[in-house]
This record gives sequence, structure tokens and C-alpha cells, in this order.
Amino acid sequence: MSYIIMIITAIFVNNIVLAQFLGICPFLGVSKKVDTAGWMGLAVLFVMLIATLVTYPIYYGVLVPFGLGFMQTIVYILVIAALVQMVEIILKKSMPSLYSALGVFLPLITTNCTILGVAINVINFEYNIGEAVVYAIATALGFTLAMVLFAGVREQIAITKVPKAMEGTPIALITAGLLAMAFMGFSGVDKGLSAAFGL
Amino acid sequence: MSKLGIIINGIIKENPTFVLLLGMCPTLGTTSSAINGMSMGLATMVVLICSNIVISCIKNLIPDKVHIPCYIVVIAGFVTVVQLLLKAYAPAVDETLGLFIPLIVVNCIVLGRAESFAAKNNPLDSACDGIGIGLGFTIALTLIGLCRELLGAGTVFGASVFPEQFGALTFILAPGAFITLGFLVAIFNKLTKKA
Repeated sequence: MSYIIMIITAIFVNNIVLAQFLGICPFLGVSKKVDTAGWMGLAVLFVMLIATLVTYPIYYGVLVPFGLGFMQTIVYILVIAALVQMVEIILKKSMPSLYSALGVFLPLITTNCTILGVAINVINFEYNIGEAVVYAIATALGFTLAMVLFAGVREQIAITKVPKAMEGTPIALITAGLLAMAFMGFSGVDKGLSAAFGL
Repeated sequence: MSKLGIIINGIIKENPTFVLLLGMCPTLGTTSSAINGMSMGLATMVVLICSNIVISCIKNLIPDKVHIPCYIVVIAGFVTVVQLLLKAYAPAVDETLGLFIPLIVVNCIVLGRAESFAAKNNPLDSACDGIGIGLGFTIALTLIGLCRELLGAGTVFGASVFPEQFGALTFILAPGAFITLGFLVAIFNKLTKKA
């Protein structure tokens, strides 16, 4: 039951893009078309799951026993960078069709702060491995949802006349603000659900 | 280009926030008040200056194929230094900025300047570029924080301007960040490009 509340919180209430401001670069950069936005979301889901599964044991298995907790940032970013490269090579060999769909987005994901952010968050929140995996999947789903919704709105904006100084990024940011306002409507849903189920 | 020219270039012509639109995550996430925005800007500036100097010094030693991972290690090293210093001497700042401190590593501004400036220029010029871009980023973040704080809570750097209940809380919360930045970028466009 607590997993379901965690999923709803991560997707709607505490959406990684619209409430926590992580992954804004891809959110603004690759959201001009709905299908590219969807593929980007899928690529993030894929990498986030693997990155969390790899970094979690490294933290508790290597860094903590040797008292190297302060090396977290350096180790994580290297592991994630190497991991993305490896995923790219494996996908190219074994699943060429998936590679051609995700290919262009994979290198971008290394500098996507959602991946590093989630890997650090699961440590900060002291999740166990099961919770960490669920949190990673739900966060990535929240990212995908925000991307797809935003891309849908932007496709409409592209054919609308906006004031010259507002063209491009400014109007996109204001649209994102309105979307964030809509998502604020979900705030408190998590607390209501936990109260309803007596958790 | 003179040293001063490089610094001014970073503040106005290549302002990382309003012109290059890089490093949007901390720009939106940490600007709920002017002081928060400023501390984030300064933390990034320290990392930027240090990594620019070091990368500029070692640029000829690094093989071309692995230069990005090497740059990232240098940057991550300085981020860890800043993180530990903040934890020790300014725990309150560390608390408010939280996750965004380690995330300076993946801030595109830092890697972007290493790649586009420090890798091609001498250490002194690179330091100036770090100062310029860092100041541009700090000014932008402080400005956004100032607008949000004033509209949302009626204060400027914590000093009350009008009673808090007249403020629109939305500006402190998530939507206000996007909307404020959107309008500021539009104003900057209007002023600089004569659109």
C-alpha cells in the first residue's frame, strides 16, 4: 500500500520537473514534438532504473564500509557516465531498433540532473532497495508525463502568434508555469490517501 | 580581448541564464528568495573559477578522446570541496540548497565553459571568464530571487516592503519560478535585441 502512495506522490504531487525543478534542460530542449518527448521519457526511465540499481549497492557496499561517503558525487557521476556509454554500446549491438529510437537521447542523459538527483535522493531518504527501485520508476514516469503534456501544449503554441520578445523560451517557460500550477492541484493527495488507508 | 572585456562579456553578452539559457535547474529551484539565489550563484561561481583555471592548466596533458570524463572529474572534485566547506562553515545554506549543491556537477554552464573557453585559452583569461560567467549567473539568480521574494512575500533580502498577506504565494512556489523567469527572459530579449 505504501508503494502505491509513493508512486502517486512521485508522479503527481512531487513531480520531478514541475515541483522539484530537476531535468529542466531536456524538458525545455526536447519537448517540441509529442513522440520525441515520449521517447526521451522512456530513455530516462531505462537509464534511471539501471543507474539506481548500480549506484545503490556501490554506496552501501563500497563507500560506506570504507568511510568514503564524501566521495559520493565524484563516484556517482563517473559511474553514470560510464553506464550510459555502456548502455549505448550494448543497445547498438543487441537491439538496433531500440537504439535508433533512443540513440540521440542517450548521451544527453549523462548531464540530465534527474538521474544523479534520484541516485542521491534514494540515499538521503534512506530507502531500502525495493523502495529505491519503485521511487526511480515512478519518478521517471512523472518526468515522462510532464514531458508529453508539455510537448502537446507546445505543438499548439508553435502555430499561435505570440509577441516577438516572448517567442521561443519565454512563452515556453510561462506555459510550464501554468502546467506547474495545474499540478499544484494534486498537493495534499498523498496525505489524504495515507489518512484514508490509515498509514 | 582585455581581461575586463572577458568579464563583461560573461555578464551581458553571454549571460548564462538570460542569453545562453544554461543551468536552468538551479535557476528555478533555488531562487525562492534573493539570498538563496545569491548563495547558489556564488557556490557555482567558485566551482566555475577553480575548474576553469585547473582545466586550462592541464588542457595539453589530456588525450583528446577522454577529455570530457577528465573535465567532469575535475569539476566533481571542486563541487565536493564546496559541498564539504558549506557543510562545515555554513550549514544553514547547505540545508536550503540541499540537493542542488551536488548537482552543480551536471550544471551545463560549468562543463560548457570548460569545453568552449578554458580548453582554448590561458589560465588567467579562463579565470576571468569564470568570474564573468559566475557573476552573470549570480546576478541573474539574485534578480529572479528578488522578484519572487518581493511578489510572493513582500520582502527584499528579508526586509519587509509591504505586509506579507498582500503577497501572492504562487511566486514562492513552483509556478512562480517558471513565470518569473519567462518574463525576465522576455524583458532581456526586448532590451538587448530590440525585438
